[in-house]
Amino acid sequence: MDIKKTSMREALGRSLVRLGETDEKVVVVGADTTDSIKLMEFGRRFPSRFFNVGIAEQNMIGISAGLALSGKKVFCGTYVVFLERAIDQIRNTIAYCSLDVKIIGSHGGISVGPDGGSHQAIEDFAIMRTIPNMKVIAPSDSESADMLIEKAGREKGPFYIRILRPNLPQFYDSGSRVEIGKANLLREGSDVTIIANGVMLGEAMDAAGLLEKEGIFAEVIDCHTIKPLDLALIEKSARKTGAVVTAEDHNIIGGLGSAVAEALSEAYPVKMRKVGVRDVFGQSGDGRELMSAYGLDSANIIRNVREIVNK
Amino acid sequence: MGDGGFASRERKGRIPELSAIAASVRREILEMLGASGSGHPGGSLSTVEILVSLYFYKMRHNPGDPAWKSRDRFLLSKGHAAPALYAVLSRCGYFPGAELSSLRKLGSRLQGHPDPKKLPGVEIPGGPEGIGLSEGIGMALASRIDGLDNRIYVLMGDGEQDEGEVWEAAMAGAKFKLDNIVAIVDMNGIQQEGKTSEIMPSGSLLEKWRAFNWDVEEIDGHDFDSVIRALDRPPKHGIPRAIIAKTIKGKGVDFMEGNPEYHGKVPSKELLDQAIRQVSGR
Repeated sequence: MDIKKTSMREALGRSLVRLGETDEKVVVVGADTTDSIKLMEFGRRFPSRFFNVGIAEQNMIGISAGLALSGKKVFCGTYVVFLERAIDQIRNTIAYCSLDVKIIGSHGGISVGPDGGSHQAIEDFAIMRTIPNMKVIAPSDSESADMLIEKAGREKGPFYIRILRPNLPQFYDSGSRVEIGKANLLREGSDVTIIANGVMLGEAMDAAGLLEKEGIFAEVIDCHTIKPLDLALIEKSARKTGAVVTAEDHNIIGGLGSAVAEALSEAYPVKMRKVGVRDVFGQSGDGRELMSAYGLDSANIIRNVREIVNK
Repeated sequence: MGDGGFASRERKGRIPELSAIAASVRREILEMLGASGSGHPGGSLSTVEILVSLYFYKMRHNPGDPAWKSRDRFLLSKGHAAPALYAVLSRCGYFPGAELSSLRKLGSRLQGHPDPKKLPGVEIPGGPEGIGLSEGIGMALASRIDGLDNRIYVLMGDGEQDEGEVWEAAMAGAKFKLDNIVAIVDMNGIQQEGKTSEIMPSGSLLEKWRAFNWDVEEIDGHDFDSVIRALDRPPKHGIPRAIIAKTIKGKGVDFMEGNPEYHGKVPSKELLDQAIRQVSGR
């Protein structure tokens, strides 16, 4: 499938500028990665509302909290692995007081590639979704990222939004309906439900296409909001197919797969498999090569589907 | 410095009143801790003159309208001194004094460490140390964006200076040329497990803050004349201010003064009564 690939970081830059144009309360705080993750687009446009605090993530979060406590609507962000240094500040200021701070974690997952395991965050969903008040979003393409970031900016309270380094295939266009807390059914099927987000949505769609050739009809759900989880859609699909495979560029402990399993185990237990990083750190390598090496690809999704589908 | 005879006389004229308030605040801190059975007496008692000077002399604030946008803000970064803040806030009228005895109890607005969502007058959440100055920098930046002429006061402990984030924030204050923020260090010389000079020697905090390009002075944090003189000193344009206040942990109670044991322990009933008598001048 030859699909156009676009940058999620550029989508971030665009949506922040749009928010800044329509709401003068919007401010942005960065930590020496502002050009890389495109926060600088906002900074060039609104220099008096843009602050680069240097390589000081804890201070970035604290300053963001102070700005929010003074009525500002704050976006801040850096690479996820750097951000994780400031979990204390995220928990005890932003989440604890439910402040209007949207935290952008860029370069999530092992698909980041050559920088190596130190830079491949595979635990952020788990950490963030267990913090009360925090909503967790992991868009799967640039168009939906653009929309979800802007919508988050117009909602009250804290958000964690994971964006990705690689350019990604595009599944949505400007006319698509993408809502926080509502998963999107991208492909209908009857035999298995594949629930994915981020870089794994493309793998899930590829897997569904290949499975169809062997007579297995997979439903594919883009679960871009991990918290609050769209249990209604997930349960409906699970009741229809009776089998669920999750796919994420994250540890299989605590991420999307865990969130789905936790919810379905109470609502409607079905056979499940989780595709993700199996509790190990990554390493250097090309992003695509790494994804295959760690089982984050359509082939592994297909293997897992075959294990639980009775055909 | 604009510190002429009149200002000086006016300042001195207020001191008896402030001293009387400080005595009541100390008594209330001890009564609160007695009622709760847990909490931090030492580091609460060391802050009293600083808090009383801010809330009853220096700051522009309105207990009837805690969210007033142009208010000066006091940020208690050393959140374990919550009892001192609560005593001062209730005395100002932010909430009824009768609530003080609910400290640390289930359902109370007076959390063990302050929670701005629960209690009016509280500006930042307390808890882990080292975050307050960053929040103060954020508020000072917001005031600049909004064209407000208010001041942001942040009170930290000297043990808190161990936290790296304090120095991240110090660099940012200088970078952003924030002359609307005042960092105050309650230098009582003791942290949870002993003397700061032994747990993590800081050397001269005055020199450290100066090296981070703050306008710094060291004062006697229990002498009202010294405290309010420092608070009255106008800021230098584009330079953030730091005040290193030399204090005594447990100030006002002889068996607590300089005693690390009373960082986070409430004394027995008998000793507590003795402490209350001492701070009440009885």
